[in-house]
Amino acid sequence: MLKMTGIGKSFQGVRVLSGVDLEAAAGEVHAVVGENGAGKSTLMKILAGVHSPDEGTIEIDGRPVTFGHPIEAQRSGVAIIHQEFNLLPERTVAQNVFLGREPGRWGLVDRAAMESATAELLHSLGEETFGPGDLVRRLSVAQQQVVEIAKALSLNARIVVMDEPTAALAEHEVGLLYALVRRLTARGITVLYISHRLREVFELADRITVLKDGSRVATEAAAGLDTAALVRLMVGRELDAHFPARAGGPPGEVVLSVRGGGNARLRDIDLEVRAGEIVGLAGLQGSGRTELAKALFGAEPFTTGEMRPRRPRSAREGIAAGIGLVTEDRKAEGLLLGQRVRDNALLVARATGGGRPAVEKLLERVRLSPPRPELEVRTLSGGNQQKVVLAKWMTVAPRVLLFDEPTRGVDVGAKAAIHDLMRELARDGTGILMISSELPELIGMSDRVIVLRDGRIAGELPAGATEEAVMHLAAAS
Amino acid sequence: MTGQPRLRPAPARLAALRPLPAGGPARAVYLALALLVVLGWVLFALRGEQFLTMENIVGIQQRSAALGIVAIGQTMVILAGSLDLSVAYLISLTSLVAAETMAGGDGMVVPAIAAVLAVSATVGLVNGLVVTGLRVHAFIATLGVGLIVAGLLDARYDGPAGSVPASFQHLGYDRIGPLPVSALLWAAVAAAAWFLLRRTRLGHRIYAVGGDAEVARLSGVRTGRVVVAAHVICSVCAGIGGLLLASRLGAGAPTVGTDGGYDLESIAAVVLGGTALAGGRGGVAGTVGGVLLLAVLDSVFNQLEIDSFAKDVVRGVVLVAALAIYARGRRTP
Repeated sequence: MLKMTGIGKSFQGVRVLSGVDLEAAAGEVHAVVGENGAGKSTLMKILAGVHSPDEGTIEIDGRPVTFGHPIEAQRSGVAIIHQEFNLLPERTVAQNVFLGREPGRWGLVDRAAMESATAELLHSLGEETFGPGDLVRRLSVAQQQVVEIAKALSLNARIVVMDEPTAALAEHEVGLLYALVRRLTARGITVLYISHRLREVFELADRITVLKDGSRVATEAAAGLDTAALVRLMVGRELDAHFPARAGGPPGEVVLSVRGGGNARLRDIDLEVRAGEIVGLAGLQGSGRTELAKALFGAEPFTTGEMRPRRPRSAREGIAAGIGLVTEDRKAEGLLLGQRVRDNALLVARATGGGRPAVEKLLERVRLSPPRPELEVRTLSGGNQQKVVLAKWMTVAPRVLLFDEPTRGVDVGAKAAIHDLMRELARDGTGILMISSELPELIGMSDRVIVLRDGRIAGELPAGATEEAVMHLAAAS
Repeated sequence: MTGQPRLRPAPARLAALRPLPAGGPARAVYLALALLVVLGWVLFALRGEQFLTMENIVGIQQRSAALGIVAIGQTMVILAGSLDLSVAYLISLTSLVAAETMAGGDGMVVPAIAAVLAVSATVGLVNGLVVTGLRVHAFIATLGVGLIVAGLLDARYDGPAGSVPASFQHLGYDRIGPLPVSALLWAAVAAAAWFLLRRTRLGHRIYAVGGDAEVARLSGVRTGRVVVAAHVICSVCAGIGGLLLASRLGAGAPTVGTDGGYDLESIAAVVLGGTALAGGRGGVAGTVGGVLLLAVLDSVFNQLEIDSFAKDVVRGVVLVAALAIYARGRRTP
């Protein structure tokens, strides 16, 4: 079905891919894994016609193809579903599915044909929660993903590339995605699946190709691998001590406390964070996790309840009270992408008049690689960007640091570095509250786990709780 | 499948919101218009006067027609994510092209109209190419093209020039029953634009490019062409506006466009109608409402004999308040 042979690519003299082979059969789910910078997105972009390879060939159904533009790849049956969706929020589902290829004659659009074709596609995907006439803006992330897939099918795609498809999904939506992927393969469509979440890879993939530093390390049947072996292939070392050891010892004084906190999205929030502890915050998407972090920080403040040291009414007051927030969406809320590392790192310090911290030292401490303050943040990998966000907060040494999905979209190596840093901060006496949708991470890192459900605290679990216990509280099943 | 959590409100509710994709603001502007009419009517009834006499209505329609046509064109470019600041200068230019070509002769009406359409389409083409080809931001590109036109006009004219024949003045002054011909022309332009946006590929692609140019490009839309087409349409609308003003004045004038403030006022009418300045959301219906709202407001002030400074203040307040209300509406979907 698909055969990529000897693919090589350099950007401005830097080699990002060399001699990569990839084969996938019809109806196969083929996972492509590797750390950030391993070359998997470049490889996929070559397949999708975004970049053209310097060397190597692509064959589809035994016929060699070359793509100069994404449209040519689409015409050959390759569709890519990006991490950030390519949809128009203000247009309907049908208008999005047929964008650029509206059916009709003489420049007119046959809306009835467009809508019925879309309805058919949605039906074939088992989607009944929305219809062709609904505005995309009103759909959930999972539903928008279905629209993207419908669009791919309307292009008669036979190879679908999914780039981190679960990154923005809630736990219970992931299962729906699995079902969707299986529907696609049942039709003989080849799915190339890129993910950092190894559990998903093992759940779905028939075969796994591992890339490292622009070369292929291995292609193996998923059944012949386990997580430890796969991680070893990806990073070239054992990451069994996945999570750094807990500090041990009794936690310090209370650095943050809320009694009866509430606002439009939250009710009766009682919680405490002590110096030196990491408190995990679990809950399904929409349970109010991010809202709680923003309320504690002051960005979307509590309207009722008592909070110590004070109840912030704005982010500025939160920072003044010694609270920092590493936001869920670092690109939109955490960083000025077009500015240099130095300016980003100094953002909070400058805004609050907090002196002139030694940026170079901080960048070293967060292990930014390369530690060059003059680079534009947009050119950094996800992991390095997150380290800059951390540096930004460390300039003002907050007493409490709230982390909202700190390792989302970050490769394995950077993830470990961020975990180490969180531990280090805790050891130095910072109180940490951490949100994560990845339960192994949450449980592995936290000294205790608080579970939210429908804007209230559903319960608290001690260190080492099982995933089942957390899910049980979160879903109230 | 039973017991599976529904992620979102039922489709039935969504369907109810469907007829007007950008329904909120467009409806709001008509609501405001109705409110204003009622308010005016009550106000004048208390003063023992009559509001919205036939004469009044005709006046409103006539005054709105030129701005309305220009604003329809402006809607197109704004929806496509662009903007046109050259319309006022182009109106002056085309009024002169029309009047000079006709030179009072009945026989030259058709060639003059053709010349106006050709000139305005050319200006639109230049605007579009500068925006897409040279990648100059529309604000500067169209301001620059407008200034070039203004310079050429200043060099050649220092007052009204040319003349249109009496037959052409019917366009500006006649009416069919209660409906002025100029208002019918406006309605026709609006209907054509509505059809284009809702039913044609170009219309769909204008929304797509304005909504997100990269998404459109990756879906195979040739975004440059769409933007150029929108600019040509906008400029042709401005040209039609120039024809209408020439007919009204009986001549062409080098400052008729700028004096009327058609550039910023057309943009004001478009955003008042709920079209997003960033593009991709809104439509013709809102713009028509926006133009009418401005015109009725004018009419109320005229009848109250309020001086023009207060008038501008109120218009400014209305514009800012309207956009603040739309912004609120979007934050809590």
